[in-house]
Amino acid sequence: LSTVATAVIGSRLLHNSRWYSISHLSVQDRIEEKRRAALVGGGQKRIDAQHKRGKLTARERIDLLMDPESFVEYDMFVEHRCADFGMEADHNKYPGDSVVTGQGRINGRLAYVFSQDFTVFGGSLSGAHAQKICKIMDQAMMVGAPVIGLNDSGGARIQEGVESLAGYADIFLRNVMASGVVPQISLIMGPCAGGAVYSPALTDFTFMVKDTSYLFITGPDVVKSVTNEDVTQEELGGARTHTAVSGVAHRAFENDVDALLNLRNFFNFLPLSNKDPAPVTECHDPSDRLVPGLDTLVPFESTKAYDMLDIIHGIVDERDFFEIMPNYAKNIVVGFARMNGRTVGIVGNQPKVASGCLDINSSVKGARFVRFCDAFNIPIITFVDVPGFLPGTAQEYGGIIRHGAKLLFAFAEATVPKITVITRKAYGGAYDVMSSKHLRGDVNYAWPSAEVAVMGAKGAVQIIFRGKENQAEAEAEYVETFANPFPAAVRGFVDDIIQPSTTRKRICRDLEVLASKKQTNPWKKHANIPL
Amino acid sequence: MAAYTITPTFQRVLHAVKRATLHPRCWLLNFRAQYVTTHDWNEKTFDKILIANRGEIACRVIKTCKKMDIRTVAVHSDVDSSSVHVKMADEAVCVGPAPTSKSYLNMDAIMDAIRQTGAQAVHPGYGFLSENKEFARRLAAEGVTFIGPDTHAIQAMGDKIESKLIAKAARVNTIPGFDGVVKDAEEAVKIARELGYPVMIKASAGGGGKGMRIAWSDDETREGFRFSSQEAASSFGDDRLLIEKYIDNPRHIEIQVLADKHGNALWLNERECSIQRRNQKVVEEAPSTFLDPATRRAMGEQAVSLAKAVQYSSAGTVEFLVDSKKNFYFLEMNTRLQVEHPITECITGLDLVQQMIRIAKGYKLQHKQEDIPINGWAIESRVYAEDPYKSFGLPSIGRLSQYEEPVRLSGVRVDSGIQEGSDISIYYDPMISKLVAYGASRADALKKMEAALDNYVIRGVTHNIPLLREIIVHPRFVAGDISTNFLPEVYPDGFKGHPLSAGDRRELLAAAAALHIAAQLRSQRFLGEQRVSAAAQERRHWELCLELEKSVHMLAVSHSRGTYTVEVDGEKVEVSGEWNLASALLPLSINGSHKVLQCLTRSPAGDISLQYLGTTFKVRVLSVLAASLSKHMPEKLPEDTSSILRSPMPGTVVGVAVKPGDTVAVGQEICVIEAMKMQNSMTAAKTAKVKSVHCKTGETVGEGDLLVELE
Repeated sequence: LSTVATAVIGSRLLHNSRWYSISHLSVQDRIEEKRRAALVGGGQKRIDAQHKRGKLTARERIDLLMDPESFVEYDMFVEHRCADFGMEADHNKYPGDSVVTGQGRINGRLAYVFSQDFTVFGGSLSGAHAQKICKIMDQAMMVGAPVIGLNDSGGARIQEGVESLAGYADIFLRNVMASGVVPQISLIMGPCAGGAVYSPALTDFTFMVKDTSYLFITGPDVVKSVTNEDVTQEELGGARTHTAVSGVAHRAFENDVDALLNLRNFFNFLPLSNKDPAPVTECHDPSDRLVPGLDTLVPFESTKAYDMLDIIHGIVDERDFFEIMPNYAKNIVVGFARMNGRTVGIVGNQPKVASGCLDINSSVKGARFVRFCDAFNIPIITFVDVPGFLPGTAQEYGGIIRHGAKLLFAFAEATVPKITVITRKAYGGAYDVMSSKHLRGDVNYAWPSAEVAVMGAKGAVQIIFRGKENQAEAEAEYVETFANPFPAAVRGFVDDIIQPSTTRKRICRDLEVLASKKQTNPWKKHANIPL
Repeated sequence: MAAYTITPTFQRVLHAVKRATLHPRCWLLNFRAQYVTTHDWNEKTFDKILIANRGEIACRVIKTCKKMDIRTVAVHSDVDSSSVHVKMADEAVCVGPAPTSKSYLNMDAIMDAIRQTGAQAVHPGYGFLSENKEFARRLAAEGVTFIGPDTHAIQAMGDKIESKLIAKAARVNTIPGFDGVVKDAEEAVKIARELGYPVMIKASAGGGGKGMRIAWSDDETREGFRFSSQEAASSFGDDRLLIEKYIDNPRHIEIQVLADKHGNALWLNERECSIQRRNQKVVEEAPSTFLDPATRRAMGEQAVSLAKAVQYSSAGTVEFLVDSKKNFYFLEMNTRLQVEHPITECITGLDLVQQMIRIAKGYKLQHKQEDIPINGWAIESRVYAEDPYKSFGLPSIGRLSQYEEPVRLSGVRVDSGIQEGSDISIYYDPMISKLVAYGASRADALKKMEAALDNYVIRGVTHNIPLLREIIVHPRFVAGDISTNFLPEVYPDGFKGHPLSAGDRRELLAAAAALHIAAQLRSQRFLGEQRVSAAAQERRHWELCLELEKSVHMLAVSHSRGTYTVEVDGEKVEVSGEWNLASALLPLSINGSHKVLQCLTRSPAGDISLQYLGTTFKVRVLSVLAASLSKHMPEKLPEDTSSILRSPMPGTVVGVAVKPGDTVAVGQEICVIEAMKMQNSMTAAKTAKVKSVHCKTGETVGEGDLLVELE
């Protein structure tokens, strides 16, 4: 594309060539020279060093992420403005500074992108660097297109002092303003430390590259001096830590190439903005396909586990499920899939892990996902098999009441189409929380194996029939009354009891009907979710 | 519909037709591979039969019962409560928890089920209680008919020592050996030396290859004795062993017999079952390419004379070893319906289950020896949930997430007891199905088998289709040059999958490229979306870089109207066909020839696994740009596996021979894992000190679980 731009400028100058011939040549040369310099960033030596670390350069990453020849670069001539510590010297100025910004297409759809250039001052954030990012974010919000950040930065440009800090804040503000307006995705492809981490934290999705990316407030050296803990970079803020322990990152990929190709795939699930509908792609998987395997999936013994992913994979288009946070709070499964080509958000309790109970981490994981879907017009399909909230001091002291409320809040305020399938247990408050009819669920189904009740038989019998001699008989009576879908069905709390194999067919049909759903919440400045 | 199959009356008609028309058989064989159940409605048998088995054989028996208008009762363990045989039966009774000893072998519970349902007869299938004389005795005591031979015959033939003596007396050729129970390992060595190596050590009560070991030296005899007695004890509850001369490089050919309670007996031709791994059959066919009519008759007549000698009634099988000079030796008689009975049904047209039921009721045989034809050729592949790359098949478990049998193909019969969503568990035999192909000639049957294997969709468990598909196209197998050592001889370093020729490689790469481009094109098509740039969709040519088996190929692809033209290594390959990205099967036309591939996985990062000619190949498809950038990506080091021992399959730990701190030598036994009743010795890969032990005797382990770490 740069050549196209040059040609346009060149032809205009040529038109008046007699008058401007001398200055044309020198300006033209300077333009070319700057462009050439911008394209190599910090120079070949640093590019080689970047490659040696197993990392791609900022521009290579953009080339791989965007459709061929679609990237339009902004601010290639921007340079930093620092005049201290010898930074004003010509050899310390790099056209474009330490970030490449612009817009382009991913599978034909518009996206704004910034890619930090580690070869220029370690990708550190100068005022100019921040300004470039802010420019594309402002435009992305105006036109309604997602912003993708490819982070690879050592942190603030120390030579610039407060200007660099101001730059971070400018970005944070835009992250917040853009939140819920356009999807924001961060892909951490190198170090990201200190204040810088809060930009990814404010975006909708944070992905990491295994072994070459780190996210932390302070590095291992500072940790050692403050808390005397010995910890490696990887343990402190590597991909494994953030995808499995802290829940800061949503997924990790093998390497730069793998991450960028996966990001292209992920991008296809998202609408461009909150004013655009969830995308619909061409679908080859028949929408009325029966899934016979589901009829035998839920074990007869209600204490036995099964894999919720078997249900999800069976029901969605082509078994294609992009799971979000697959290694964190595994007792809830969330992610994106398609139903008859249309993007949907899937939430499911996972009986295989901790019986699928709701605890602090799974509630927060689920809540954030549900809110993203609601903000971006993505219908939510919920599969319920939940024995309740996890009891115990660890959970109570940790504030399960406060955190559990987040999931409840998220489901309740969501106005996108909401379809719920109770596959087995829906016990207690957790039944209410999991997109129940009472929280404006649009279509709520129960499988024949569903049991909707305040609690399991054993506990219930101890209360209802306290002191009664024949507990076994009482338990049987309770099971007969409650351990089936009828109590909920006769009250209209589930719309139908369905054969599991027909679930896909029904959901596809319902989504078609609900595509035109319109529902609004009362006017408010914003709601007050229990944070 | 199944008109080719031969009924006695029909055969007489056929003889007439044969004379009249030129190719009657071709016309007849165009139909499905099935038996005919010509039920005589005046011939009353039973009102209700209980099937004391599970899986495919239970389903097989129920099918015939339904045709004969007999009500059926299934028994099942608790984990089998929603399995196919339970759904097919008219009634079902749960007889206990998952372990077979508590359910399918639980005679008390099964007797209760019989009383409770009022079943008049029991079909035992194969395995489980099918050759259990105690079970037959208990049924007789309650006046319930056992659909199988009398207790006397079961007992006589069930004991290998006794059966050999009877066979000798009936003038059946037998293998030289020691006609008695071997007391201990040292006696085993003594007898082995007398017979001369190699020798075969096997369980007296055995069958199905369990508790069987071949020894070529004194040491191997001692080790074999120990293993066989352990396996025999755990499989049959009887650790008695016997030893005989091992016939090297033999064929395993067996004769199906059918005898009634009135002293009549027939032989229904042979089945060639030489393709085996660890003494378990993998591919069977009928008839055998090896037998001439004279040998066939000689074997058949000896089989019948043995059956008569034990007053056998019902269907039974006399197994022979046949050496390269067509000398045959009696191996054993199986007093039950064999797993591989369908191929006999295909070539004779008889329904063996129906015959067993009739005979059990006391009816006379309907056929005469001269009524028994060999019509066409039938081949059976045993499709197992197992990993063929590990010792030709180690059990695998899992849930069949997708499952489609190739039953729409003509001349294909699939006997299975599972369906999509079924679990293959550690409790039972890992057989998925018996895939039978039937054709006018062997070549025809083999072609049908190829197509059947290619069109078989099995996802969620590892299966042995790669191995089956390679066997049936191997030049030695095609030529009929086989023996029981076929697998170790053909694959001395273990099975490695289909070796790709240059042409195969081009086809596979072209198919992968076409699939990749189709996916790319679709990912740019959004329905009803106004904000999509048209530029990307106009593209018609692509340059791709494909990696297959560590070699890299540059491909140029162009696409127009459903046809992908791929230039691979300077040659043009055209890929077209009616397929889409959601279908499990990819029926492709590659340069005009029809090939069915399957796409198992397709990742956004360009990794595609394709099942091609049975074997799954991993192909990485990248744009030229992505490929050139990939060279900067760090190589991730695989885990050093010499110092860790992982379970190669799911199973139970039956013994741990080491503790932390012990020093082990290369090849030394570390622990023994039992899976599907097979004991597998896990040995050290290097000489080292044991760092830690992560398993305990009696524990259940999954595939890939860490067992022991060495230093």
